Amino acid sequence: MKALTFKQGIHPNYNKDLSKDKPLKNALRPEEVIIPIQQHIGAPLNLLVKKGDQVELGQKIADSESFVCAPIHASVSGKVKDIRKVTDPGGNIVRAVVIESSSEEEKMNSGLEKHENLDNLDASEIKNIVREAGIVGMGGAMFPTHVKMAVPEDKNVEYVILNGAECEPYLTVDHRIMVERPKSIIFGLNALIKAVDAQKGIIGIEENKMEAIESMQDASADYDNIEIAALETKYPQGGEKMLIEAILGREVPVGGLPLDVGVVVNNTSTAAAVADAVREGKPLIERSITITGRGIESPTNLIYRIGTKLSDLVEQAGGLKENAAKVITGGPMMGQAQKSLDIPAVKGTSGILVLSADEVDDFDPSPCINCAKCVDACPMFLMPTTLVNYAKNEMVEELEDYQVLNCIECGSCSYVCPSKIPLVHYLRLGKAQVMAKKREEN
Amino acid sequence: MNNPELVVTTSPHVRAEDTVSKIMWSVVIALLPAVFAAVYFFKARAISIVLAGVVGAVISEYVFQKVRDKKITIYDGSAVVTGMLLALTLPPSIPLWTVFIGAVVAIVLGKQVFGGIGHNPFNPALVGRAFLVAAYPVLMTDWSVDGVSGPTPLALMKSEGAATDTWRLFVGQIGGSLGETSALALLLGFAFLLYKGYVNWRIPLGMISTVFVLTYIFGENPTFHIFAGGLMIGALYMATDMVSSPTTKNGRWIFGIGAGAIVVIIRLWGGYPEGVLFSILLMNAAVPLINRYTKPRSLGEVK
Repeated sequence: MKALTFKQGIHPNYNKDLSKDKPLKNALRPEEVIIPIQQHIGAPLNLLVKKGDQVELGQKIADSESFVCAPIHASVSGKVKDIRKVTDPGGNIVRAVVIESSSEEEKMNSGLEKHENLDNLDASEIKNIVREAGIVGMGGAMFPTHVKMAVPEDKNVEYVILNGAECEPYLTVDHRIMVERPKSIIFGLNALIKAVDAQKGIIGIEENKMEAIESMQDASADYDNIEIAALETKYPQGGEKMLIEAILGREVPVGGLPLDVGVVVNNTSTAAAVADAVREGKPLIERSITITGRGIESPTNLIYRIGTKLSDLVEQAGGLKENAAKVITGGPMMGQAQKSLDIPAVKGTSGILVLSADEVDDFDPSPCINCAKCVDACPMFLMPTTLVNYAKNEMVEELEDYQVLNCIECGSCSYVCPSKIPLVHYLRLGKAQVMAKKREEN
Repeated sequence: MNNPELVVTTSPHVRAEDTVSKIMWSVVIALLPAVFAAVYFFKARAISIVLAGVVGAVISEYVFQKVRDKKITIYDGSAVVTGMLLALTLPPSIPLWTVFIGAVVAIVLGKQVFGGIGHNPFNPALVGRAFLVAAYPVLMTDWSVDGVSGPTPLALMKSEGAATDTWRLFVGQIGGSLGETSALALLLGFAFLLYKGYVNWRIPLGMISTVFVLTYIFGENPTFHIFAGGLMIGALYMATDMVSSPTTKNGRWIFGIGAGAIVVIIRLWGGYPEGVLFSILLMNAAVPLINRYTKPRSLGEVK
């Protein structure tokens, strides 16, 4: 079978061998967790606990009446030690609940029922479980999953696509979950299919993860409605618009959603979390992460409690090497560089990548030579080098005309640039300029 | 606990290994077979002309940047490329001081006045050549080597309607400018650039095939026309100059086809035997317009 793919894109070094064969293992229960109470795109939450309260594992600690939000749960049993402002991995200052872990054995108390299978659940019950479990997109975007599943009356979903591409270099957590927990992913996918009334589920996996492809093929063999799609190893294959283009040959309209072409896309890790919520009544209180890079002693894949400090996780991967120079949450293409390890890992933190000093260049930009490598790489078919000039000169009309808002910020343009111009950074600036103008007009 | 040693920048945190100077020095390497061929056909004369071009280009870039208190960029290889390209378009009998002047004009008027690398609308080497053609028309069309005069195949065609043997054209056993002679050497270097991903193939393919098709239509010998004169070096190395060519795929086709058409018009009906120089300079001028009208359709965009 020929591997499917999208047009253009790039081929960075994948560096997945560092951690791809390290089985997932449970991280140590941290002495304290710092849980930001905004771990989703959407409305802010109201706190349900106060300083000094005893909380139990899985207990809801923040929620809101708003539709677009995802509640937060205690990831350890213990005592609320403090409620204070912290910096999250996205660089936002957010309120967080600090829970001191009790030494006693924990008992899950989430109030969620357990369902062995989907037979007795209807679509709205499944969506409600996903909402109550606080599940968000775990690839990094942290968009509330139940909102994605809310299909408007006039739309019809044909396919649920699971993103198992894991196109970010270095990261191997989705790979491990597909190898170790394929049945959970299939269960979660079936739950999603039922919830949005889709006809078919497709799991897209890049060809550099043959073990995962085989594992998912075995696990899905009994399901006629589920298919595994082998994808060419190419970045950003895991972008939802790229996945849809590769697998179905459909284009998501500019400014539109996958729903507009009859598709809902979720991450494989998200599907596994849905399975845990339905079968075990377990809210999103832990997730898997890859801790890797040449600046870390022993790269590994861990399952950690939400709110564990980066420093605690790094320690369990043997700690930083002498030459560690850059710590990134997420992957090297779209992840964020961190100034401090004293911040919590959240629902969207899929990796901690530590680069060594010799891998960190200062990328001193030189003038653009119009080589058009960025134009040839852009998976959205934009003209990054032209957009950079428009953004620098605040030419908002031209930015809009050249579709800057269609930029998915994958960073392929910056990656290929021989002049080392931070193109995607200027494109973000351009997007912000257009958005600001739109707000002004309204 | 802030760790002062940690580097913080925006994503992406990894970059491809290509740099501007890697690209430029690769072009220098790609031009070496043509230089060797020139040395084979024109002996030591060829070496001194190439050196005069390179030295003129590098020195003028250095002096210009020093005087204007700008960053010195002579090590990025782009001035070397300009000097080499200019030299390869010159006749073997040209005095070295002329080569030097041409290189200075190429760098100063062709490149630095616009702001240096990346900002020049025209190919600098061609600006230098255009200046020499205008200022020293006699020197620029003297094809004698060691006192023996040898008209170029295109001039022969223009004046006497005589075609030169294709195989001799291909390997370069003909009269002509240093780098015009051996298509084989030029193609070798181009293959290297293609392999490295440092050159665009749409422009030369569009340009050369347009010349082939149009000369065939107008009853000329098409193989003669694609191997004769400066078409190969122009299409492979000058029209493909990144800075002064379009950034869109369709734009590159238009650029190549347009340049090819102008070459044919000048060769068949113009006053000069050769039209590559002006064809590329004219298309250079059209690049902003071409880019604007060939903006790709963004994914999901409905026009």
